[in-house]
Amino acid sequence: MTAPVFLGLPTAPRGVGGLRGDEAFPAAAQRALGDAQLRANLGRATSTIREKRARAVGEVPDWAALREAGAALKDDVLANLDSYLVQLEEQVVARGGVVHWARDAGEANAIVTRLVKAAGADEVVKVKSMATQEIGLNEALEAAGIAAWETDLAELIVQLGHDRPSHILVPAIHRNRAEIREIFVREMVRAGRPAPEGLTDDPAALAEAARLHLREKFLRARVAVSGANFAVAETGTLGVVESEGNGRMCLTLPRTLITVMGIEKVVPSWRDLEVFLQLLPRSSTGERMNPYTSMWTGVTPGDGPQEFHLVLLDNGRTATLADPDGRAALRCIRCSACLNVCPVYERTGGHAYGSVYPGPIGAVLSPQLTGVADNDSLPFASSLCGACYDVCPVAIDIPSILVHLRSRVVESKAHGVPTAEAATMRALSRTMSDARLWRTALRGSRAGRLVSRRGRIRLRLPFLSRWTATRDLPAPPAQSFRDWWASRGGAS
Amino acid sequence: MSAREEMLDRVRRAAAVRPVDVVVRRGYRQADDDPWDTAKLVDVLVDRLVDYKAGVVRCDEAGVAGAITDVLRRHAAPDAVVPVGFPDAWLPGDVGIVRDLPPLTAPQLDAVASVVTTSAVAIAETGTIVLDSGPGMGRRALTLVPDLHVVVVRETDIVRGVPEALLRLDPRLPLTWISGPSATSDIELNRVEGVHGPRRLEVVVAR
Repeated sequence: MTAPVFLGLPTAPRGVGGLRGDEAFPAAAQRALGDAQLRANLGRATSTIREKRARAVGEVPDWAALREAGAALKDDVLANLDSYLVQLEEQVVARGGVVHWARDAGEANAIVTRLVKAAGADEVVKVKSMATQEIGLNEALEAAGIAAWETDLAELIVQLGHDRPSHILVPAIHRNRAEIREIFVREMVRAGRPAPEGLTDDPAALAEAARLHLREKFLRARVAVSGANFAVAETGTLGVVESEGNGRMCLTLPRTLITVMGIEKVVPSWRDLEVFLQLLPRSSTGERMNPYTSMWTGVTPGDGPQEFHLVLLDNGRTATLADPDGRAALRCIRCSACLNVCPVYERTGGHAYGSVYPGPIGAVLSPQLTGVADNDSLPFASSLCGACYDVCPVAIDIPSILVHLRSRVVESKAHGVPTAEAATMRALSRTMSDARLWRTALRGSRAGRLVSRRGRIRLRLPFLSRWTATRDLPAPPAQSFRDWWASRGGAS
Repeated sequence: MSAREEMLDRVRRAAAVRPVDVVVRRGYRQADDDPWDTAKLVDVLVDRLVDYKAGVVRCDEAGVAGAITDVLRRHAAPDAVVPVGFPDAWLPGDVGIVRDLPPLTAPQLDAVASVVTTSAVAIAETGTIVLDSGPGMGRRALTLVPDLHVVVVRETDIVRGVPEALLRLDPRLPLTWISGPSATSDIELNRVEGVHGPRRLEVVVAR
């Protein structure tokens, strides 16, 4: 495993985890755009959730003030992260928990694997967790002979379908009910209790099938692995926000609980939850409150897990923190509102981004966690329309960070030499500001019709390959608007 | 250097790059600002609970036992787990009472039809009921495994919003915040009630 370095701070190592895709965004996006089923599934789902969110946020008169406080609290956390982490550790340990520190994905996976083996278990039940997706924990456990059962319905759909998550909140958003039914019928039997006979694609029936399939796993599990939505430094309290009750099952029934948490998830005080518990559910599922939130502090004798381990994860977060123009991405509370409003995400889906963090937040977070060289197409995976910033409950100015990261990408490639892209932009600006040059250019562009097929140009110009490889052009019309206007007697 | 020392060192170095002084302004509504009277608290709470598809019954203190009995009968629940500390005067009739003494195993809990508990705090604005494992609520597994949860909310325990609730809760206790029956939106983002937690939530609001 190697880790690129940013300002002397290591980013997430290569070769482990889910932050890097196999191909650049443009190629993956082009394929996704050809999938009509995917686009229909995404379009339906995102428009539903956009409407719900707008309603839930609209009924909170002090939303803007909550958002401002949420952003400031997270900035305070980032500015004083060392003292909050030490305080959190003291509190968790004082209440009977054990705290582990993991510099990167590999170290976190090794810690969790060792803890599961020490508990004498060969399987774990899992609460949906972005951090464990990020570090590729399931694969690491599998390699050590430990079965990791995902228990969130959407994660179960993804796991049974041998698929990848495509959304932060609803990882199976790219699947419709008919596809989900097929996966359940085909795959549940191989993982445990088979799907009920005659299973239909009614969402209630599918949810019931998941309940039956997972119940035996919950009742026998000895170890659970979770993420955390927040950890209160002042009290050592951890919190998980969820809907289905699978989280409660995992956090309550097993004897041992292992929680993997990014270091930026700490919040200063108990009182600060009044901000985040108002911002998160309304932004995320568009509900006034999510069905279940569990909070625990260390170990409580006679109630829930009697052994608790907290794994604090860096994996590129400190490298992200070191960039003052990009660090606000660490405010993110993983609500996914920015995905649901993004015109690019709505059309390409999450897989095109390659990382487990897709959409606008993924486009600013993934390249910072890995170093921009390893996700150099993601800062360009946006039209900079700004809808993501508007809905972000912690006011992350995603468009500005994208532009900043674009310049970091260009710097990392060019090392001071002007690129063809930059030179072209300058030439274009000169041509468009001169009427005579522009007219000549338009007439010249008709030559483009010769290289077009079915009305599109897919030419790759060698010196501009980074530009043309990612953009199809419509074939130029036979006559420019200017020429057409002149032919009708208009002034040119 | 240990992982701990190295991570703390990295954090300090990273935060030192163009450091910022942060001022947290709490311009939002604070706990006990613009309080609501009891009638409004109850009305809003009930509205939210019904929106979540929870069942709601209102009664006075003397009517609690009868209300719980009716709810259990309506759901044809033959037995109910009742945690230690649940008021004797509220115990339902006509139903097998299962005590968590000695503690029930998860499979034993799975075989009981329902659980009946008190609650610590209820939040009107969000329709949330919080259990803190105190008397009458019991350990967390009790309200999780049975398929029907009947919970009594006293009117005096209803607060307006999240800020008031946090003030009344002790973070050192295991807390479960419940807003309606378990649900999922994972299939085409349509909400379906009832997955792993209790699929039915019945709330008895007691004057």
